[in-house]
Amino acid sequence: MTTKTTTLALALFGACAAVTSATAQDMEKCFGVALAGENGCAAGPGTTCAGTSAIDYQGNAWALVPAGTCEDMVLPAAADGSDRMGALEALDRDIPM
Amino acid sequence: MGCAMHLHRDTQAAFRAALSTQDVPPGITAVGDLARRFSVYRNTVMHSLTDALVQRFPVVQRIVGRAFFSATAKVFVVNHPPSSPIIQAYGTDFPNFLATFPPAAGLPYLPDVALIEVLRGQAYHAADATPMSPDTFRSAITMAPEDAVLTLHPALRLATSEHPAMSVWRMNQSGMTPSTVDPGPEAALIFRRADNVIVMPVPFDAADIVAKLAMGVPLGVVARDTPPDKLSRSIATLLSHGLIVGVDHPQA
Amino acid sequence: MLQTRLPDAVGIGFKRAHFDALRTTKNTLGFLEVHAENYMGAGGPSHAQLAALRTDYALSIHGVGLSIGGAGPLDAVHLKRLAALCDRYQPESFSEHLAWSSHDNAFLNDLLPLPYDDETLSTVCDHIDCLQDVIARPMLLENPSTYVTFETSTLAETDFLTAVAKRTGCGLLLDINNVFVSCTNHRADPRAYLADFPLHAMGEIHLGGHDAEDLPSGPLLIDSHGTPVADPVWALYAETIAHTGPRPTLIEWDTDVPDLSVLLAEADCAAGILDGVRHALAS
Repeated sequence: MTTKTTTLALALFGACAAVTSATAQDMEKCFGVALAGENGCAAGPGTTCAGTSAIDYQGNAWALVPAGTCEDMVLPAAADGSDRMGALEALDRDIPM
Repeated sequence: MGCAMHLHRDTQAAFRAALSTQDVPPGITAVGDLARRFSVYRNTVMHSLTDALVQRFPVVQRIVGRAFFSATAKVFVVNHPPSSPIIQAYGTDFPNFLATFPPAAGLPYLPDVALIEVLRGQAYHAADATPMSPDTFRSAITMAPEDAVLTLHPALRLATSEHPAMSVWRMNQSGMTPSTVDPGPEAALIFRRADNVIVMPVPFDAADIVAKLAMGVPLGVVARDTPPDKLSRSIATLLSHGLIVGVDHPQA
Repeated sequence: MLQTRLPDAVGIGFKRAHFDALRTTKNTLGFLEVHAENYMGAGGPSHAQLAALRTDYALSIHGVGLSIGGAGPLDAVHLKRLAALCDRYQPESFSEHLAWSSHDNAFLNDLLPLPYDDETLSTVCDHIDCLQDVIARPMLLENPSTYVTFETSTLAETDFLTAVAKRTGCGLLLDINNVFVSCTNHRADPRAYLADFPLHAMGEIHLGGHDAEDLPSGPLLIDSHGTPVADPVWALYAETIAHTGPRPTLIEWDTDVPDLSVLLAEADCAAGILDGVRHALAS
């Protein structure tokens, strides 16, 4: 057995000894919301308008900026000095269907 | 009727094309209000697929807001419809799409947050495996630790980001309040625990060790360029969370 | 050929939110139905739940993504997944839809309509032969809710379904809400539809709720599965099983899913109708 192996073995045995069972409290901030997204066989709700405006997003019609929690999550001192918020730029090309 | 063999194919192609336009396909009929009645299909396709993205990317939606997400999802659905009938798997390409989507360019961390959500979905549905206890693991590596190759849990995923994507993901969970984020790279282990999926931030060197172990690099080789205490800590973390499911000695 | 081994009782579509309540609430459900495509991951909580429920309930696996009515060949990879799922859970019944949902490798996640003619009849029969071969069991084919019809159709939907059942040996899943939705949308008589429907091949009945919108041309009903079963649909159900005797009956609720108690109340309503028919036949 080489010295290196002994060191490795010690490290691994140490790992086994150091194992603690993770408590729910440790993990509290690591949980996310329940995952979903499933197949179904119903016609979707909101069918009166969901698809009809899809065509509006072609070309230069884009007029939306991100407006959720990104407004609160400022990244200080962006390295390249660029705008930290969502860009107001319009799509300058047609989106192929 | 030589051409009849391809009639249905043509009908279906025209119907499918009309789902992406404002037109009604040729050859269909209804008692009246044909455009409105046909639009039930167009709207259901768009609604069901954008809703699948809402379900899979709740944090991205919270970050950009409902209106921006909905509009972005529609562009994605039109350009990247699912290639598989399994809706749970839809959206794997969404992070890459966001990275090249000009209106989202001001949020450089957004594609990596989306990737965390993709990896969480994969972890949730990955295969089951029985974790090794520390005692079993210890017995399994005692004889020849140098040659031991670990099998990690099939649900384990590794996320690394040049941005504070894990912090952003975490502060956008229910009950958390988003605030200022320190810039800088982050890494996380993503894995299943009971009925949930955990995103656990880890140091970059630990992520590097886990990546090597996941690729089947023997412990002795990993140990060559890893300080023993760091390797020990990483193994302890993996064991604590039931993420080591097998040990092999392919050299033996 | 026996196309289903489901009991002649009432079941509900299983929703993950109801798992705990289903395990602890006393009920008289005869079976549960799940959508095949939601159980195609390798493992995890979804399979753990289904395996646990499988020990207590008869199971119907209901596919929503194979595109049996599609012009192109069936997705061979998806066929194998369906076979593996049937192998894993040994369901009492497997069913799919008379519809298409994939085109040129894009999955559109909706049950889209097809014209009914000799060409599509032949295509659908080939696809069902192929599916029944791969999953090594007979299937039930469900009538769709439709919002438009095709000028090129040469067969009535009921004649189409009759021919499919005869040629392939498959059974049929009669969705009575779909009958009511389609017939209302096309100004047809649902009772005439049911009189033409080959009830001898019917292995299961679906009941669900729909939305309604008033258009200048008449009502537009949408198969939304987000409300209780409508009164006219209950009436058609009672008339149908008075004719056939009790058959496996499913309550579907897929959007805005309420508490389990609401579904169980709908199931009790169906069970009451079933029992009434059972007693009438016995006396």
